[in-house]
Amino acid sequence: MTVSPPAGLEGRHLLGIEPLSVEEILRILDLAEEYVTLNRQAVKRTDTLAGLTQINMFFEASTRTQASFEIAGKRLGADVMNMAMQASSIRKGETLIDTATTLNAMHPDILVVRHPHSGAVNLLAQKVNCAVINAGDGRHEHPTQALLDALTIRREKGRLTRLTVAICGDIAHSRVARSNILLLGKLGNRIRLVGPRTLLPRGFAELGAEIHENMEEGLTGADVVMMLRLQKERMDGAFIPSVREYYHRWGLDAAKLAHAKPDAIVMHPGPMNRGVEIDGDLADDINRSVIREQVEMGVAVRMAVMDLLARRLRAGRAAGETG
Amino acid sequence: MSEHGRNQGSGSATAGAPERPLLFQGARIIDPVTGREIRGDLLVRAGRIAAIDRNIAPPEGAVTIDCAGACLAPGIVDVGVKVGEPGERHKESYRTASAAAAAGGVTTIVTRPDTAQPIDTPETLEFVRRRAAEVAEVRIFPMAALTRRREGREMSEIGLLMDAGAVAFTDGDHVVEDTKVLTRCLTYAAMMGAKVVGHVQDPGLSRNAAATAGKFAALKGLPAVPAMAERMGLERDLALVELTGADWHADQVTTRSALAALARAKEAGLAVTAGCSIHHLTLNEFDIGDYRTFFKLKPPLRAEEDRVAAVEAVASGLIDIIASMHTPQDEESKRLPFEEAASGAVGLETLLPAALRLVHGGHLDLPRLFRALALRPAEIFGLEGGRMEAGAPADLVLFDPDRPFILDRFSLHSKSKNTPFDGARMEGRVLGTWVGGRRIFAAEEG
Repeated sequence: MTVSPPAGLEGRHLLGIEPLSVEEILRILDLAEEYVTLNRQAVKRTDTLAGLTQINMFFEASTRTQASFEIAGKRLGADVMNMAMQASSIRKGETLIDTATTLNAMHPDILVVRHPHSGAVNLLAQKVNCAVINAGDGRHEHPTQALLDALTIRREKGRLTRLTVAICGDIAHSRVARSNILLLGKLGNRIRLVGPRTLLPRGFAELGAEIHENMEEGLTGADVVMMLRLQKERMDGAFIPSVREYYHRWGLDAAKLAHAKPDAIVMHPGPMNRGVEIDGDLADDINRSVIREQVEMGVAVRMAVMDLLARRLRAGRAAGETG
Repeated sequence: MSEHGRNQGSGSATAGAPERPLLFQGARIIDPVTGREIRGDLLVRAGRIAAIDRNIAPPEGAVTIDCAGACLAPGIVDVGVKVGEPGERHKESYRTASAAAAAGGVTTIVTRPDTAQPIDTPETLEFVRRRAAEVAEVRIFPMAALTRRREGREMSEIGLLMDAGAVAFTDGDHVVEDTKVLTRCLTYAAMMGAKVVGHVQDPGLSRNAAATAGKFAALKGLPAVPAMAERMGLERDLALVELTGADWHADQVTTRSALAALARAKEAGLAVTAGCSIHHLTLNEFDIGDYRTFFKLKPPLRAEEDRVAAVEAVASGLIDIIASMHTPQDEESKRLPFEEAASGAVGLETLLPAALRLVHGGHLDLPRLFRALALRPAEIFGLEGGRMEAGAPADLVLFDPDRPFILDRFSLHSKSKNTPFDGARMEGRVLGTWVGGRRIFAAEEG
């Protein structure tokens, strides 16, 4: 049987932005546009993933990302199951690989995995036969977040190249920052990393981004201002002296945003700490903030990714590929 | 021949030497003392080298070995080998460590005390020596813990441990954080004439680190330690060595900045020595690639410029010793996310072929290499061996430095197979290994 499947992705998994080509990134975004349209209709259901099983394995607590993947899977007609891994086997001493082997025996088609350690999702992907989507591994990558950010930017700015994007805050511990640096870099944008030196180690300069410790300077002329969440455990003396000092210098408010271009958009991957990295009113300003659009694009991008991986999966199975 | 004593090591090889003379013919003899290579013959009598000359007539009843131009060098003296006894025999026993050493041309191993149950009492040391004597064919010299349970709080029984055969004292990769405790340990060790081996690392900066800070760690999102932490650890220990007059060796110096500090100390006349692991001389941080845990080491692999600096330091003699830092780990402790995986790599069997990369790359000649692999470690740890001269023990390795092969980790003799060189193209195969004139390894033909 010769099937000529629609173009999918080169790899079997989506583990990060790093291995993706520009063409693959644009293919995901273009398909996601179609799902944005679908998601705005009254009837949102398709049978694209009908008969396929999607398991969400979150080894780290998440509400919004897990919900987004669950909705995306259900709208595509997949059988979706959530496993709260922090509460289950790992407590009993089972290793990640044992868990993967066990799950693999249940023949899932798509595994969506979040894990607190960098590289853990790559490790798991080596041990299963299905498609694996990285929903965030340690400080390494969070590819669907970068893709949804890219889609949001493209829709707002009309292009996804030659833009000046300021990524601000806790760069060091952020997988969102890493994936965005890689994606926006591949598409030829100017990337600025803005934050205190304790949250912005020197290694990042070598990734091809400009480093700014002064927020006003970093925002000057920016088209996109991307704020990052500051984790609770990094506050109060460990990486920064205090929340109020951080907010004073690196918290985004109207005065600091005035240094960016007049039409600059404000983004945040959520959940926000109002009054820590971003002013509450600014976050709610529908003329500047696209934070709610990001959440909407998240579902569409995840549907597009799962659709493309399923095409690859089916094409592989049709060609008699094992494993 | 002296009694079964300290300078003989533990290991059954020392039990008795063969009666018949042994003659190596047509060898390329590597002499690390003179720095020369000689084409000729080497005669062994009663477990010791009897003569080296261009042409030696076979004595009555001699066993002759036609070397066919292969290299004959002093057996490797590998300092800092971990064996899993007591407590983790499933990772490596004295029997398998000895077999791996023999296959790698290593004739003497100096073991680490960082076992599951640390070797910090004369009783544990006695157990280890007995195990080694029962099953090991290479010479084995144990190091003991510097502090009890390697916790950095109370010093171990240094005197009693020396009496029991400890050749040096170290807490392995645990840094004694309290400088007052370390100062007392160094002072007491200096009085006893005990050698102390330090692991140079700033404990705060290196806590929870899995990689060296820089582009690779940033890209892969791994918790990282700046290379500077090594220099800080070294500078601290050098100051305390100067203060106490201790006989001190740094197990691994792997960064450009720490090497500069080491050079300054040596130039200032401080009698300190240093080693480097073969992995830090032949691999860099980017070899970790896609979170490959067999490349997770302590200290972590460094930037390429640091690796180059370490190679230069071996060539200049600033780094005295190349060691395998053999650290067996089972599959379970490595099949984990990179941050959670255990550190360390096995190296006894790959030490020589990996080190020959430095020779093939033009960085060292063979006599210089064996200075770092055999002569200097023997001198620094007060052992016989490392010498190609009449009277020296006939601890020898015969090898073909150019024979290519692809390493299959499951072919290793170690119980643990955690080598970063799995699948690597290597050059240099051991053809035979002798301890005290007794052959303990012969390569399979083919």
